Amino acid sequence: MTEKKEYKVIGTRPIRHDGVDKVTGRALYGADFQMTGLLHGRVLRSPHAHARIVSIDTSRAEAYPGVKGVATAQDLPDAEDRIADLGEGAVNLKYLCDNILASDKVLYQGHAVAAVAATSPHIAEEACTLIDVEYEVLPPVLEVRQAMEADAPLLHETLKTTSMGETADEPSNVASHIQHQLGDPEKGFAEADIVVERDFVTGTVHQGYIEPHNATAHFNQDGQLTIWCSTQGAFTVREQVAEILQYPISKIKVVPMEIGGGFGGKISVYIKPVAALLAKKTGKPVKVLMNRADVFEGTGPTPASYVRVKMGATKEGKITAAEAYLAFEGGAYPGAPVGPGAMCIFAPYNIENVVIDGYDVVVNKPKTAPYRAPGAPNAAFGSETVVDELAEKLGIDPLEFRLLNGAKEGDRRADGPVHPRIGCIETVETAKAHPHYTAPNGQKHHGRGVASGYWFNIGLESSVTINVNSDGTINLIEGSTDIGGTRSSIAMQAAEVLGIPAESVNPSVVDTNSVGYTAVTGGSRTTYATGYAAYEAAQDVKRKMIARAAKLWEVDEANVQFADGEFSCINGKEEQISFRDLCGRLGQTGGPVVGSGTVNPGGAGGAYATHIVDVAVDEETGKVEILRYTAVQDAGRAIHPSYVEGQIQGGAVQGIGWALNEEYIYNDEGTMTNASFLDYRMPTCLDLPMIDAVIVEVPNPGHPYGVRGVGEVPIVPPMAAIANAIYDAIGIRMTELPMSPDRLLKAMGKI
Amino acid sequence: MARKSHVQTTINGETVEFLCESRQSLLEVLRDELYLTGAKEGCNNGNCGACSVILDGRLVNSCLVLGVETEGKSVETIEGLADPDKLHPIQDAFLENAALQCGICTPGFIMSAKALLDSNPNPTEHEIRYWLAGNLCRCTGYDKIVKAVMDAAKETSA
Repeated sequence: MTEKKEYKVIGTRPIRHDGVDKVTGRALYGADFQMTGLLHGRVLRSPHAHARIVSIDTSRAEAYPGVKGVATAQDLPDAEDRIADLGEGAVNLKYLCDNILASDKVLYQGHAVAAVAATSPHIAEEACTLIDVEYEVLPPVLEVRQAMEADAPLLHETLKTTSMGETADEPSNVASHIQHQLGDPEKGFAEADIVVERDFVTGTVHQGYIEPHNATAHFNQDGQLTIWCSTQGAFTVREQVAEILQYPISKIKVVPMEIGGGFGGKISVYIKPVAALLAKKTGKPVKVLMNRADVFEGTGPTPASYVRVKMGATKEGKITAAEAYLAFEGGAYPGAPVGPGAMCIFAPYNIENVVIDGYDVVVNKPKTAPYRAPGAPNAAFGSETVVDELAEKLGIDPLEFRLLNGAKEGDRRADGPVHPRIGCIETVETAKAHPHYTAPNGQKHHGRGVASGYWFNIGLESSVTINVNSDGTINLIEGSTDIGGTRSSIAMQAAEVLGIPAESVNPSVVDTNSVGYTAVTGGSRTTYATGYAAYEAAQDVKRKMIARAAKLWEVDEANVQFADGEFSCINGKEEQISFRDLCGRLGQTGGPVVGSGTVNPGGAGGAYATHIVDVAVDEETGKVEILRYTAVQDAGRAIHPSYVEGQIQGGAVQGIGWALNEEYIYNDEGTMTNASFLDYRMPTCLDLPMIDAVIVEVPNPGHPYGVRGVGEVPIVPPMAAIANAIYDAIGIRMTELPMSPDRLLKAMGKI
Repeated sequence: MARKSHVQTTINGETVEFLCESRQSLLEVLRDELYLTGAKEGCNNGNCGACSVILDGRLVNSCLVLGVETEGKSVETIEGLADPDKLHPIQDAFLENAALQCGICTPGFIMSAKALLDSNPNPTEHEIRYWLAGNLCRCTGYDKIVKAVMDAAKETSA
């Protein structure tokens, strides 16, 4: 199917470089950071979903023994209503600052209002209860369609809808409207023999990383600010803190500690600027830790949404037109990932006539943050359910239907880009040929479902430096925090270039003063882009080492060849030296060798996945059990297959949680009633079978080894795949997430 | 400020004395007083298992035990599991199986697996899944963790 190149390191499964530290408890995460004279910070949060702050009196808290400082929005520089580009796209600075510490209004329960630094975390917590805040409570709006109504309570008096470059006159909760159109949808639907249209609703869910947010900040007397924290991007922390505090980036150093999960949720800053403010006020280092309720109530979940999908096809099985309406909740401030949702929704198909409308809408919930393929799962739940229904009504096998309409190189996505070489068809073919797809599954209330998914992946900037050691090893310096084994997948690409074992590379993730700019660990970009930078840095080392060998042999560089870890003279002399031995002779050939690589690659190459799931529906309880799960995905080239499988398995299971259990439950006042891991129920290992991860390799032409990002797309298909399996089991189309027991019982008419 | 109590306990085989406030959990004592930061706080209410340690042979969430309760008892933490020159077979199995991604839940899972294999050296896949259901992992989908514990069981019972 695809050309296979022989690699020595790529495709093997070495022990990850940071593995021993992580299985012995020695790896230091953000909350593990200790420092002499450390104070502990705590944030006071709003009990109301929507209220005007009338007054804040901190005097009782400040007088409490052990309290060293209190901060409110008054301590932040006056934020302008302007747009700043902070590495993850444009952000309105006023909104960013107001989300750190509310100035005039609180916009969700859990919104930060004030913060205390004290000699112990308990004292800081007690002191928070002594801060007197007077609120004028306002009616909240908690659902996207309600928020879009003309008479809905307004969150921001100044927010006006921008639509196709035009800004409306009247304020609204709709921040923006986007539209993509391809071909002539009306004509396309007229050509269809069958049209299916359905509405879908998805709940608010959280990334659910196990490690709460944390930050320790210290101001030196010379004005140098250092922040130790868990983050997906040390440089974006530096940029955001600099903008919020109006402080030069040259005076800020961010030290990324080990990170306990992020999934997109540890890009935005929350308590990092607060720790810095408290450190400035007290003159001491201050550590601020969130607890689990803070994480649920105060940090970005992914949007709840309302999605309407209409698709038409001929009786031969050709999709003639597709239409989507996507309304996503941005939370308290604009920023719902409706753009990515629109880019992905019909991307597994080649459809000539498409129209997609997307709306970014504010509601009184925490500001949403990216979560693994942000926006795409919400959209795909709708489109992949409708595709299943079309196939069923046409009497065509659902995978065969996908093959009939599957996207290929040269096809145009509805939002404009033309697909480069992609592996959409290959994932469907592999799923169709998998023994799971044809295994018997005939028991009562058992069902099988399939769904496909797409994520575009991103490139962005990365920098890598390689220092060559005299013993033939290299130290690889990078700026991408390692959330899932990327030290190894990056190191292996450098090892492949230099013909050395993966174990001869010592990768280090370093602070913002010690490596060139590197964008976030997100967008499935790290193995792709930072790996690309490592490849370039290793090429730089190779060139320099060739020059050293030439010098040693007194020949022209053009006469030195490097292959399989050996330098040899190809013209004139019978000379040969290994990479390792040459490393020992750098001193006498000109001094140390340092290689560097910087990239901003454009060819991230989209990723496709097709999942198969078997479920059993318990008719008495409404519980859905996952019996068997197979996840097929195009990885381009799997550098370390174990960690590619891990991404696929983990993404699929997050999708299973989203499909079956997870949602924020609010009361009428807008208070979240399930802000704990007991009540916000994520999958445990007892809820699951083994997840069969099947890697397809259609090399990405935009990367020297063919890598495609793998982290995000596996969360896109599960919700629709499970809904389609439930339909197969009980004959009912579930259109609301999560498909929890109560919703199943209602759908079956049992309650 | 609350008055501190003197506590003497055994941690990873060594006698340890510390001072703590009555309200401090064992997790706080381990992390903030003794600088044993291998046990992690994920939820502080006994739902995630990231703080799992073994107390007098029994698996506990150290966030739900008070520091003062450990007087005269014996605590095993992740820091005590490996020999100076050799990892415990469970730790090896986690590395070989790539059973960790971010690694924050890993110390808890390993302590939980140790408590399981101490009491049931040959568990079935279902028994492993039942026992580990008190430990949350958000990265791996559990597949490789369960396989690692199955491999470790083969290794330790061989």
